[in-house]
Amino acid sequence: MASLTLENVRKSFGPTEVIHGVDIDVKDGEFIVIVGPSGCGKSTLLRMVAGLETVTSGTVSIDGRVVNGVEPMDRDIAMVFQNYALYPHMSVFDNMAYGLKIAKTPKPEIEARVAQAAKMLQLEPYLQRRPRELSGGQRQRVAMGRAIVRKPAVFLFDEPLSNLDAKLRVQMRLEIKTLQRDLGVTSLYVTHDQVEAMTLADRMIVMNGGVADQIGAPLEVYANPQTAFVAGFIGSPPTNFLAPAMLGQSGDGQIGIRPEHVRLAPSGQLTARAAYSEALGAETLVHLRGPNGGLLTVRQDAGEPIPEEGAEVSLDWDVDREMRFGPDGRRA
Amino acid sequence: MEKRVTFKGVWLPLLLVLPQLVITAVFFFYPAGQAVWQSLFIPDPFGLSMQWVGLGNFEYLLSDPYYRASFVTTAVFSVLVTVVSMGVALVLAVLADRLIKGSGAYRTLLIWPYAVAPAVAGVLWMFMFNTRVGVVTWYLGQLGYDWNHVLNGTEAMGLVVVASAWGRISYNFLFFLAGLQAIPRSVIEAAAIDGARFWTRFRTIVWPLLSPTTFFLLVVNIIYAFFETFGVIHTITAGGPQQSTTILVYKVYADGFVGQDLGSSAAQSVILLVVVSILTIVQFKFVERRVHY
Repeated sequence: MASLTLENVRKSFGPTEVIHGVDIDVKDGEFIVIVGPSGCGKSTLLRMVAGLETVTSGTVSIDGRVVNGVEPMDRDIAMVFQNYALYPHMSVFDNMAYGLKIAKTPKPEIEARVAQAAKMLQLEPYLQRRPRELSGGQRQRVAMGRAIVRKPAVFLFDEPLSNLDAKLRVQMRLEIKTLQRDLGVTSLYVTHDQVEAMTLADRMIVMNGGVADQIGAPLEVYANPQTAFVAGFIGSPPTNFLAPAMLGQSGDGQIGIRPEHVRLAPSGQLTARAAYSEALGAETLVHLRGPNGGLLTVRQDAGEPIPEEGAEVSLDWDVDREMRFGPDGRRA
Repeated sequence: MEKRVTFKGVWLPLLLVLPQLVITAVFFFYPAGQAVWQSLFIPDPFGLSMQWVGLGNFEYLLSDPYYRASFVTTAVFSVLVTVVSMGVALVLAVLADRLIKGSGAYRTLLIWPYAVAPAVAGVLWMFMFNTRVGVVTWYLGQLGYDWNHVLNGTEAMGLVVVASAWGRISYNFLFFLAGLQAIPRSVIEAAAIDGARFWTRFRTIVWPLLSPTTFFLLVVNIIYAFFETFGVIHTITAGGPQQSTTILVYKVYADGFVGQDLGSSAAQSVILLVVVSILTIVQFKFVERRVHY
């Protein structure tokens, strides 16, 4: 159990700076998810916490101890990799026991701890198998088990679910959440999938181009995005962006409005032409072309009437749902 | 979908493989057959007639202390060449694998010796260690060591081992490096996070995952040491002093072409043929199961 603090952490590869000063404060037992598009530096950040990448400047501390110069094995962390990184020549049992054996844990205790983890992860029938004889979901569990048995201070997850199929991903997501809650271990989880971020995180960090754009509870981030990037990245379908001029207003920047807050109305603030619609069962997404040709999306209940393709419709919304962003992309 | 090329008829495919078949027949099956045939005879000193002796040549060979000694010499030589060339290559490959900057130049330099023919390598080492004009010999003399591989059998063995292993290091290095780079980086990183330091990682993760490469190289290097080191031995020691570097393949040459005992030489060739066949079978049996995971 430990806290984790990053202070003004920067990372350069040669002359290129990829992380431009990130501050994070993870409380003991908290589940933090870092989410962002590929190339935003989220994995690099995680690897710096793990000690697999050097920190160019700033400090990383675990439980108050600065670990910048500390080797990965001395940081008291465990990591789950995207490709699981299991030891292919060892059985599931040996994979999980590896760290304990190196730490010279007494044999009965190793067996007890592995057995407990295997029970928790439903891996008991597979302990003598090799990783190649397991399915993707089972391998994922072994990787989790390997992290759990060592009882580390911090769990690090590097896109652990992205190699699984959609159904398994949902199931494992739930398992990870339950497990983390039961064990109460401080966790840092990296993903590009905003659904994972929304569902897993106590607090989430949205990263963009090497900068943490916003840190906050998932619903808070969703309801109150601090930058246009966050508003566009979090939420599916993404936020509609309008130029003030389209609404007859002056000023630079843009106005964001989420698809569920827009409705088709007899008269409204904006006219648009219906392009196509996607009926998803419980809800329907109506895509429209705005006055400047950009795509807008309206999310409505399945029962609502769907405009015909090419029909001219009016869009309306409550003004207090508007999110106004300045020319720099920050919330005005 | 059939992706392999298929031919109708027999003649075109036969024509296409004919060059390879002819080469194999002329340069392998014919001489090998001749060796088997000749091993059953003793020719007279002028090569005018041959006398049938059946397995007499083999019986004589296997009871010949010199021939048995040559077996031991070959075993010692092969083991040393294999261990030295693979050991050094592994160390260099591990270092190259950790290198980030300049690895290209480093690799190129390490691969160069492979392009040197064994006989040329032999001459190179012979000059360096020449008892009268050798550079290394002179430095050793300065240090108070009197190097003379022409008289000292152990030194002669050491020199041919080093000269044979030298060019081989490049080849082994390439395979070891490829093997090391095939190990996923994240597996090594996972081991590091699990608490394994460099040596523990090497012993418990890298070495086992490298074992298919190691085994392949072991077989290939032993075969190399058995057969392809002729040039090195011929140029440096010519099998001496006192047969101390006469490996089996050199004895075939020495007895046949120098000693003119063609029957015995042919019988030795046949024995070598059997040895290399066994080694090849072993290699294919195990290399088939190369994939470790």
